[in-house]
Amino acid sequence: MLSRTADSLYWVSRYVERAEYLARILEATTRLSNLPSSYGGAASEWESCVKTAGCEELFEQHHQTANEANVHDFLCFSPENPSSIRNCIEIARANARAVRTALTYEMWDALNSAWLELKKYDGRKLTRDDFGRFIEFVKTLSLTFDGSAYRTMLRSDAYWFSRLGVYVERADNTARILDVKYHVLLPETERVGGSLDYFQWTTILREVSALTAYHWVYRESIKPWLVADLLIFNRQMPRSFASCYENISRFLDALGETYGRQGPSQRMARKTLSTLANRKMGDIYDNGLHEFITEFIDDNNRLGSTISEQYLV
Amino acid sequence: MAAFDEMSGFDGTTRDAYAKLETWLKNTPPEEFATRRSQADVFFRRIGITFAVYGDEQSTERLIPFDIIPRVITGPEWSVLDRGLRQRVTALNMFLKDIYGPKECLRAGIIPEDLIYRNAGYCLQMINQPVPHDLYVHIAGIDIVRVDGDTFYVLEDNARTPSGVSYMLENREVMLRLFPELFAQHRVAPVENYPDALLATLRSLAPRTASRDPNVVLLTPGQFNSAFYEHSFLADKLGIELVEGSDLFVRDEIVYMRTTQGPKRVDVIYRRIDDDYIDPLAFRADSVLGVPGLIGAYKAGNVTLTNAVGTGVSDDKAVYSYMPEIVRFYTGEEPILKNVPTHRCREPDALKYVLDHLPELVVKEVNGSGGYGMLVGPHATKAQIETFRKKLKTEPEGFIAQPTLALSTCPTFVASGVAPRHVDLRPFVLTGSDGIRCVPGGLTRVALKDGSLVVNSSQGGGTKDTWVLDA
Repeated sequence: MLSRTADSLYWVSRYVERAEYLARILEATTRLSNLPSSYGGAASEWESCVKTAGCEELFEQHHQTANEANVHDFLCFSPENPSSIRNCIEIARANARAVRTALTYEMWDALNSAWLELKKYDGRKLTRDDFGRFIEFVKTLSLTFDGSAYRTMLRSDAYWFSRLGVYVERADNTARILDVKYHVLLPETERVGGSLDYFQWTTILREVSALTAYHWVYRESIKPWLVADLLIFNRQMPRSFASCYENISRFLDALGETYGRQGPSQRMARKTLSTLANRKMGDIYDNGLHEFITEFIDDNNRLGSTISEQYLV
Repeated sequence: MAAFDEMSGFDGTTRDAYAKLETWLKNTPPEEFATRRSQADVFFRRIGITFAVYGDEQSTERLIPFDIIPRVITGPEWSVLDRGLRQRVTALNMFLKDIYGPKECLRAGIIPEDLIYRNAGYCLQMINQPVPHDLYVHIAGIDIVRVDGDTFYVLEDNARTPSGVSYMLENREVMLRLFPELFAQHRVAPVENYPDALLATLRSLAPRTASRDPNVVLLTPGQFNSAFYEHSFLADKLGIELVEGSDLFVRDEIVYMRTTQGPKRVDVIYRRIDDDYIDPLAFRADSVLGVPGLIGAYKAGNVTLTNAVGTGVSDDKAVYSYMPEIVRFYTGEEPILKNVPTHRCREPDALKYVLDHLPELVVKEVNGSGGYGMLVGPHATKAQIETFRKKLKTEPEGFIAQPTLALSTCPTFVASGVAPRHVDLRPFVLTGSDGIRCVPGGLTRVALKDGSLVVNSSQGGGTKDTWVLDA
C-alpha cells in the first residue's frame, strides 16, 4: 500500500485514541476536583490534568492559572491547542478523508458523523450537563470507530497500521498519567500523603477505565503499588504498557511476515516487550519509578519515529 | 421563449415515457416527498459527497443539491445519442492524432491553422510525440442539451478531465434506496457497471512494455480539490490507489509509487490534474501537485497518462465550432449529433452580428469552463453587456457566441412545489485500445433558479438521476 495511506491510517487512529484519552482524564479530574478538600479535592488537580494532557507549556502561554472552565475549554475546544479534542477529531477526519478508500464505510461514517456533530458543541456556552454529554460523545466516537475497524476491516497491512496507531498512542497516554502521578504510587515505606491519596488512586484507575478491573484482578482494596502494577505489567489490562506492547509487537510481526522483511521497529518492540515481561514492581521501585516511566516514554517515541521511517515515508 | 418540457413537451401532453412518473408525482402526498428529500440529503452528507466551490472561503465542503424527480430518456433517443457520441469521440481522437502528427486537416483546409498553432491548449511538447495506442481522449464528458422532441445539440466537448460521473452513480444508488417501487414500474438501464468499464479501459491503455497486470493509479491534486470526493470514490470502486504527486517519483524515466514495501512501478495514470500542473519540470515550475520528470517518462513511452497531454485544444470553443467538419473529414460520415449554431467572433462578419445582437446571445470565452466567464444576453444587465462588448472588441478571437437556446426543462422540486427547470446531460464516453464503452445515461444537471440556463454546480446547479428506459 501507499506509504502516505499507511501514514494517514496510523494517525487517524492515534488522534481518535488521543481524543478519547483527553475525555477520560477530563472526566476523572472533574470528579476528583469536586470532592471536599478533606478528601483530596483541590484546584491544583486542573494543573495536573493539563500536565497529563501533555500541553502545560502551551497552556501557560495562554492562562495564568488553571481552573475547571479554562482547562475544559483548552483541552476540548481551544483553537490555540493543536491537541484539543476538537482538533484531534478534525485532524483525524482530514486524514481519513485523504485516504477515504482505505477505510471501510463504517469507519468513515463513524468519524464523519462525529465531525458533523462536533459543530453543535460550542465550548464557551456548555453547561455542566452539556459538558458531560460532550465527554460521552467523544468516548462513543472512539468506541464506534474502533469497533468498526475491528468488525469491518480486512486483516491486512491497512488494519495493522491502524492498530499500531492505537497502541503506540495508548502506551504514551498511560505513561503520561503515570509520569504526572507517579509520586502517589510509591511503595508504602516511601509514602507521605496517607489516606488522602486514596482518591488519587481511584482517579488514576478511572483515567484508564480500570476501576472495576482493578478489583477483579487483585480482589483487595486499592494499593498504590498494585495500581502501578496494573498499569505497567498486567497483560489483561488493555491500557497497560504490557498489553500495548503485546499488540504493537504482534502487529509489527504481522507486517514483517507479510512483507517478508523484519526491521528496526520489530526489534525495538520485541525488546520493550521482553523488558516488561521480565521485570517486577519491586525492581522498578528499586531503580526509581519515575526514571522507568520517563525511559518508557522516550523508547515509545523512538519506536514511533522508527515505524515512520521504516514504513510511512 | 417556451422551452420543451421533458415530461409534457410543448403542448402540456404528458409524454409516454413520463406517464408513470406523473401518476407518482400526483398520488404521493407532499409530506412523503419532504421525508424522502431529507433522507436523500442525509445520505449524501454522510457518505461525504460534497464539492468545493473556488472562491468560497466559508465552506470548503458543500452539498451539491440533488433533485429526486428523475430525468427520462427513451431507448430510441438513447440509441441515437449513443451512436452520435461514439462517432464524435472517434473523430476527436483522430483529430488530435492528426494535429499532433501529420496535420492533414490543416492541409485540407478543414480548420484554420492559427486556430491550432495559436491555441493555448495546443501543447508544443506533444508535436510528433507518439502516445500509447494512438489514443488521446480516453474519458470524455460530452455536454448535450435538448431543444425539442427530436433535436439534441452538443454544447461542449470535455476532453481534459471531465468530472461528475460519481454523481451519476450515487444518484442512482440513492434513488434505488428511496424509491424501489418506481424501479419496479420502469425498466431502467443500469449504470453500475461504469467502474468496471473504466477499469477495463484504463488497463487496455497500458504501454505495450507494461506487465500483463498493469498497475493503474488515480492521480488527484488532493483533498482540497473541488472534485476530491469523486477521485476517492472512483479509486475505491476501481480498486486502484489514489495517489498524490508526492506519492510518485520518476527514476530513469520510469514512474514509481512509494509504498510500505518500497517503490512499485506505475503503468497507467488516470490523472485528474490539469496539464499545466502535472510536471513542474515540463510545465509550471511552481506546481507542487505534480511529479517532476513525469513528462519525460511519458515521452519515453513508459507510462500512459489518461487523458493524454494536450487534449485541451479540442475543448476550445472555437475549435468546437468546426466539429461537424472534423467529424466528416475523419469518419467520412455525416455527424449524428448536431452542434449549436456558433458565431466565431474571430471572423469580422460574425463579430459584427454578435455585437449587434448581444442581448439575445450567449457569449463564451473559447477556453473557459465551468460556467465562468460567460454572458447570457437575455439575463444580463446593461453594464454586463457593455463589459462584454469591450472585451469582444479588444480580443474577438477569445470568444464565440451562440443563440440563447431554450434548453429543455424537467419537473423539479423547488420551494413552491414542482416546477419546470432547465437541464442538460453529460454522458461519459470511454475509449480504450479495445473499443469504446458508454454506459446508458450520464449526469443530468439542473439549473435550480427559475429561468436560469446555467447548470454548473459551481453556479448553483443541482443534479438528477438519469434514466434510459430499456424499451
